[in-house]
This record gives sequence, structure tokens and C-alpha cells, in this order.
Amino acid sequence: MAFEKYDFTPITQSIHQGLIENVSPLLTTIIEWTIIGVLYLLFIAVFGLFLVYAERKVCAAFQQRLGPMRVGPWGIIQTIADFIKLLMKELITPKSVDKFLYNLAPFIVIIVPFLTISVIPFAPGLQSLDFDIGIFFVTAVSSVGVIGVLLAGWASNNKYSLIGGMRSGAQIVSYELSVGMSLITMVILAGTMQVSEIVELQRGGWFLFKGHIPALIAFTIFVIAGTAETNRGPFDLAEAESELTAGFHTEYSGIKFAFFFLAEYINLFIVSAMATIVFLGGWMPFHFGDWAAFNNVMDFIPGLVWFFLKVFGIIFLIMWFKWTFPRLRIDQILTLEWKYLLPINLFNILLMATMVLLGWHW
Amino acid sequence: MKSFFNYIAEIFSGIWTLLTGMKITAKYFFTPWRNVTQQYPENRDTLVMYDRFRGEVIMPHNENNEHKCTGCGLCENACPNGSIEIISKSIMTEEGKKKRIIDQHIYHLGMCTFCNLCVRACPSDAIKMGQKFEHAHWDRSTFTKVLNQPGSKIMEGIKE
Repeated sequence: MAFEKYDFTPITQSIHQGLIENVSPLLTTIIEWTIIGVLYLLFIAVFGLFLVYAERKVCAAFQQRLGPMRVGPWGIIQTIADFIKLLMKELITPKSVDKFLYNLAPFIVIIVPFLTISVIPFAPGLQSLDFDIGIFFVTAVSSVGVIGVLLAGWASNNKYSLIGGMRSGAQIVSYELSVGMSLITMVILAGTMQVSEIVELQRGGWFLFKGHIPALIAFTIFVIAGTAETNRGPFDLAEAESELTAGFHTEYSGIKFAFFFLAEYINLFIVSAMATIVFLGGWMPFHFGDWAAFNNVMDFIPGLVWFFLKVFGIIFLIMWFKWTFPRLRIDQILTLEWKYLLPINLFNILLMATMVLLGWHW
Repeated sequence: MKSFFNYIAEIFSGIWTLLTGMKITAKYFFTPWRNVTQQYPENRDTLVMYDRFRGEVIMPHNENNEHKCTGCGLCENACPNGSIEIISKSIMTEEGKKKRIIDQHIYHLGMCTFCNLCVRACPSDAIKMGQKFEHAHWDRSTFTKVLNQPGSKIMEGIKE
């Protein structure tokens, strides 16, 4: 296959070899961990800033505006300027908050994207953790974030924060179910939970096409539930600016607020990346049946580019939701989950299992 | 059974209405040339204000330096915050009659709320709303304007 030349394994292998020949194994491990940590940190910071900029521009375009235009050409330095401003702000701890929990909450929230991002394969050979239970790991770890949100809402000693935190808790706990079940549907089709294996299985065709009807239903549910999981509009009633000021992060300032903000955007990336991996074939190029020439051209585009193209497609879709639909009430959100998504999802799992059993898929 | 079909129909009609909304925003997104944002200081030369825009009260004069103001003072009465002062003077007409005409139509821009009431009150359409809006200035005295130009007189055929 032509795109094997974009494999990152030789690079990582040569770094590993170079280190292990020169320093002790322990030091090698430490250095490798440090490199990976710094790379992820850089990626999260830069990508978070970029996503904030992209969101503002996309939002503006949906509302027939221009968005940030002043700081730098087309406003590209705007988010960096905002971030510097956030860093220089005073860290205020309000009176009579639960100090320990108040300070702990942003770190719990920010730790979730750091953990989940580790199983995401960006390109062939560019994945730091390849569990047997990668999908399970992602669903398990991503639900830790709700603890941070609940803690922030509780510890802030503020009625808006408490309502926002409780809403967020009810919402995330419910939609976790839909995310998990739509992933289970695809795991039935794949027969494995290992992320790299799932991507490899889609070499012949993306699961969205391989699994046709049930996969399409699962994809729709995953995108809806993923939007709700990341607390984004139209499910952003946890921070509903117009009614709860800012919900659970009302009382936070400076870098702690930035943590909540960054975590929201990186979670958006994680959800999009998971949708890409499970439904759209990860870094696999788009192939169409027997069109050898077309497939060869597609193979020349590197896996990294494919991955980010698909991720940006999903991110755009979710931003499109946010700037089109009005915010739901809490009872409407829970109705949507428990009366619609959950029954459809259960039926969909049955449908997918039947299909896999009878071999009605490509 | 009927409720079950209703449930299914509800889902599809819900999806349909959501897609309708998304179609509208997509239309906005993919037609960026219809954006309404004005890049103000950059487009100063090409900026065209709307007809409805109220920048300041002006008194149009024709090429013979004539205006339509009779000095009746209705605009002064109509102004809710007293930003118009009419100073009139008496002159003798050719027939030997005393006639009251406008001496100075003083307009305090700093007090004006651009409510348009003076323009609507004017019986002879002598004043109207101008389009100029860049009024910022270091000196407050520039906000007091005399609308009738020096040496101007009333147009022929304007009824009292």
C-alpha cells in the first residue's frame, strides 16, 4: 500500500533505539515519557487555542459576521492575546468556598482530555497507548470529568454554580449511556476494542459504510450524545450564560477558568476523534470500490492529513449544531436521552448484532 | 399501536425540522459575501449609511444660500431636551410690515438624542437628519452649531 510510507513507526523506533543504546533503560523510559508529555501538552495548548479561534470564526460566519479581525491578519493572534490576558489575571478564591475542592476541580476537569488523548492514533504509528480495551478506556475516563464539574459547582458556594453543576451531572451521566451504547454497537461490528485494530479493520472501507443502516444510526446518536457530553450547545444548559451567568465556572478566574475552557475544547476534539476512529476509519484514506486510480490518488495523502480532515469535518458539524439550535431545557434534554436515544440505541444494538450474525455487512 | 407510530413520526419530523434549521445556517455560512459586518475605519471612504440613519440635525441650503426656515419655533417646542434654540429678529418688509424671521437656529449636538421629533414638527421641512456621525471632538464648544448659514435668507414662497 502506498500510504505505508507515511508510517511514523521508523521515527519512533529510531528515537527509542538511539536512547536505549546510549542511556540506561530507566532513563530511556523517563525521557520518552517526557517527550510524549511535552508533545501532548503542546498539542493540547496549540489545538485548544486554534479551536477557540475556529469556533469564533465559524460562529461569525453562521451569523453573517466576520468575527475577530483586528489582532493580527484576520485576527489569528486574537486567542493568543486572550490567553495571555487570562494568564495575567488574578486568581480569586471567593470567601467561604470549600478551598480544597474549589482548587481541585479545574485539575480534575483538565486531566480528562490528557488521559483520553493518549489512546488516539493520529497516524500510523503515532499513538502512545494501545490498550486491548481502548474504547472502554475512553468511555471510562471521559466520565471522570463530570466529577470535576460537580465539585466546581458544589465548592463555589454559589447558587448558579450549584444549579449548573447539578444540571451538568444529570446530563453527562445520562448521555454517557448513549455514547457507550453507540460505541458498543460498533464494537460488535469490529469484534475488538483495540483502537489500532479498529482502524486497521477499516482498511477495506469505513465502518460507517460497512455497517450501513445500524452504523449510520449509531453515528447520529454518537454525534448527538457527544455534543451533550462536551456540554456544548444546544446542550449547554450547564453554563447557560443567559440564565446561570456561567454555571459551574462562574466563580473561577485566570488560569483555572482557562482550564475549564481548554478542557471543553479539547473534549470536543476527543469526541470528534473518537467518531473519526470508530465510524470514519481513523487515518485510513477514502477508498471507493474498484476505482484503482482514484484509490491510488487518495493513498498519496498522508494519514495525518486524513485524520485531521475527518476530525475537522466532525468538529464543524458540532459547531454547526451549536450555532443553529436553541438551548434545550433540562427536562427536554433528559426526555431526549431516556425516551428517544436510549430505546433507539437498544434496538440498534439488536439490529447490529443480528446483522453481524447473519453476515449482512461488507 | 397508534402511539408507537406517532413516536416514530415524531422522531422523523423532529429530524426534518432540525435539518431545515441547519439548511438556513448553512446558507449563511457559505455566502460570506452577504456578511453585514462593516470594517469601519478601513472602509471610511466607501462607507454608505442607511437612509434611516440619524447622524445630526441639518438645515439644507440651496445654491443661492437660501433655506426654508421661517423661525416659527415649533422645533424648539418639540425638542424634549432643549437642544434647539431659536433666536429670531424683526425686519421691515417692502410693504412696510413688521416680519419675524430667523436670526440664529442654534443646535446643541451634545444634548441631542436624535429622536427626530424636531424634523417631524417642522411645518416647512426646513430641517432634516444628516448622515454624518463622526462628531467626536476635543472641544465642547464645537457641539453648539448654528444651522442657518451666515447671510442666508428664507426661500421665496415659504408660507408662515
